[in-house]
Amino acid sequence: MAEAPVIATEDAEVLEHPAIRYFRFGAPGSPHIWCEGCGIGQVFYYTVIAIDELGLDPNKIVWVGGSGCTGRMCTYWKYDYMHTLHGRPLGFATGIKLANPELTVICHMGDGETSAIGGNHLIQTARRNADVVAICVNNYTYGMTGGQYSPTTPIGSLSATSRYGLVEDGFDLCQLVAAAGATYVARSTTAQPRPSINYIKKAIGKKGFSFVEIVSQCPTFYGRSNKLGDNSIAMLEWMKNTFVRKEQFEKMSPEERQGKRPWGEFVDTERPEVVASLHRLARTQREAYRG
Amino acid sequence: MGNPRLLTGVHLMQGQQACAEGALAAGCDLFAGYPITPATEIAEAMARRLPQAGGIYLQGADELDSLTIVIGSVWGGLKAMTATAGNGICLMQENIGYAAMTETPCVIVDMMRAGPGTGIATKSAQGDVYQVRYGSNGDYSIIALAPESPQEMFDLTVEAFNLAEEYRVPTFILGDEILSNLREKVVIPSEVKVTPRRKPTVPPGEGYKTWAVPPGEWTPPMPSFGDGYRLAVSSFARTADGSPSQAYEVQRDIVNRLWNKVEANAEKLTRVEDGYLEDAELLVIGFGSVARSVKAAARQARAEGLKVGFSRLIGIWPFPDSYVARVGKRVKKVIVAEMNMGKVCREVQRCLGRDAEVILSSKPGVAMHTPMEILDEIRKVI
Repeated sequence: MAEAPVIATEDAEVLEHPAIRYFRFGAPGSPHIWCEGCGIGQVFYYTVIAIDELGLDPNKIVWVGGSGCTGRMCTYWKYDYMHTLHGRPLGFATGIKLANPELTVICHMGDGETSAIGGNHLIQTARRNADVVAICVNNYTYGMTGGQYSPTTPIGSLSATSRYGLVEDGFDLCQLVAAAGATYVARSTTAQPRPSINYIKKAIGKKGFSFVEIVSQCPTFYGRSNKLGDNSIAMLEWMKNTFVRKEQFEKMSPEERQGKRPWGEFVDTERPEVVASLHRLARTQREAYRG
Repeated sequence: MGNPRLLTGVHLMQGQQACAEGALAAGCDLFAGYPITPATEIAEAMARRLPQAGGIYLQGADELDSLTIVIGSVWGGLKAMTATAGNGICLMQENIGYAAMTETPCVIVDMMRAGPGTGIATKSAQGDVYQVRYGSNGDYSIIALAPESPQEMFDLTVEAFNLAEEYRVPTFILGDEILSNLREKVVIPSEVKVTPRRKPTVPPGEGYKTWAVPPGEWTPPMPSFGDGYRLAVSSFARTADGSPSQAYEVQRDIVNRLWNKVEANAEKLTRVEDGYLEDAELLVIGFGSVARSVKAAARQARAEGLKVGFSRLIGIWPFPDSYVARVGKRVKKVIVAEMNMGKVCREVQRCLGRDAEVILSSKPGVAMHTPMEILDEIRKVI
């Protein structure tokens, strides 16, 4: 089993990384499987810092994931986790939440898992408005299988399966999930750590389906293939130049919007939440039966 | 009103309704399913009855969604079930493998209909014998029970829940359309034995190993999410603490245990009903609705002085190898009557080898064997 790494400062004071106490050590290739420069570890950090700042009992938080680079994130959560099937974390998460509404259930999913194989789970969970948190790490890539295009990859992109340029266009996942009925929808990028943490905090606090898309860098595949940078710094620069605040984006002309994408909060509303509704129904029907 | 989970008394009940009542009696807390003929009325009954018992009905967006919700809820601490037909089982296979690998106790009802493909939604068949056993990828085992009547739709659903807990394995009810819609007398007892989930005896905390099997046991105990055990649940090949592993020894131990926790207990899990075996020269084997005709034909054959015995397989998986070998060897010939192209027949042949001649009486669905058809077969063979 790997030892928790420590950071030695110049005056030899030893500090522990703030995410360490939430990290599960012991997996092969520990501490994690992600490539150098990958943004998924940043999202792990944002999530545990959000949990830490909210002061939640980690024993009452279940992380759920599926297959893929992001799907593996749940396995590094030191407390309860459920590593499920590709595309299906939200179904499992709904079941967990129905069983024990006191639990906070957080799903980390990649873009392929969220919107290709898991697309129906995504819109159905949003429609039901189940009180689970979905965090989509969108790096426009199937990373674990070697850099194929996904349903979020922009048209024209180069990938292992679009060598001549992608001829399909990608989803805007925030619009999709907002239309399906999610009560909290936000997008940030790994170039915006503090907004990302704040969005996750709001998502966890929201009683209803919350969706946070965090655009992340895959320098190994998407960045390198599309000449956006083969390291994380170059890709973070690309994000800073590409993503503009939603409020600013809305004021831009169609010409100005070319090549730009909005980030910010898109939905923050209230709707009946299915888990609470079903438990209320069970209470009233049980009482009615007893007479 | 009395206990909403147990409608003690004598009822005239449809098979699907009896299944739902069995689930309630067994402690089912959650049902997630997708409408499909001929299992829709199980969902309808659960949607009406579960809330009365304080339970949850949630309609899945499809069969995949349904079984993910079921499995998730079981790890959240509930007992849960889904019900479908054979083409719904096709869609569930990935999740069935997940449930097997994560040793998730759950009940999956397959009311078989004529296939392949869409087939004939409203007509019966018994074609799913292999797909419930071997449908998902890799090697694992499951339990499957085949009822013959609405009474057994109740009784065996209760038993399925209990076996699922005891063996930590997805457990199937292998019914068919005839049993879905058959209405008969169902007696619901005043008490039902319910097997609780086996929880760890150690207190929660760091260092608990999700997949450590205590000595002398087949399966690890099963805490729920939120209990504080820091559960590492995945369908990876994994070590006791849940870490994914590519080691041969890890794969060997997991697969052997998943297989043997059921297969090595086949004798204990054998459920059969038989009759007229003592001096029988011919044995007729059947299961599910067809077994009703098998029994009627054997009775009639005896009335005609023919030395015929019958055997109704209630537990289909694990296959009752020793039982079939034992009773098959005593006779010269065995007829297997089933509404498929010979799936149980093939298992019987495997058990008997050259000890007896095994003859298939096959109907591919829609029309069930009548007692007369089986009797004709008996007369021909004997």
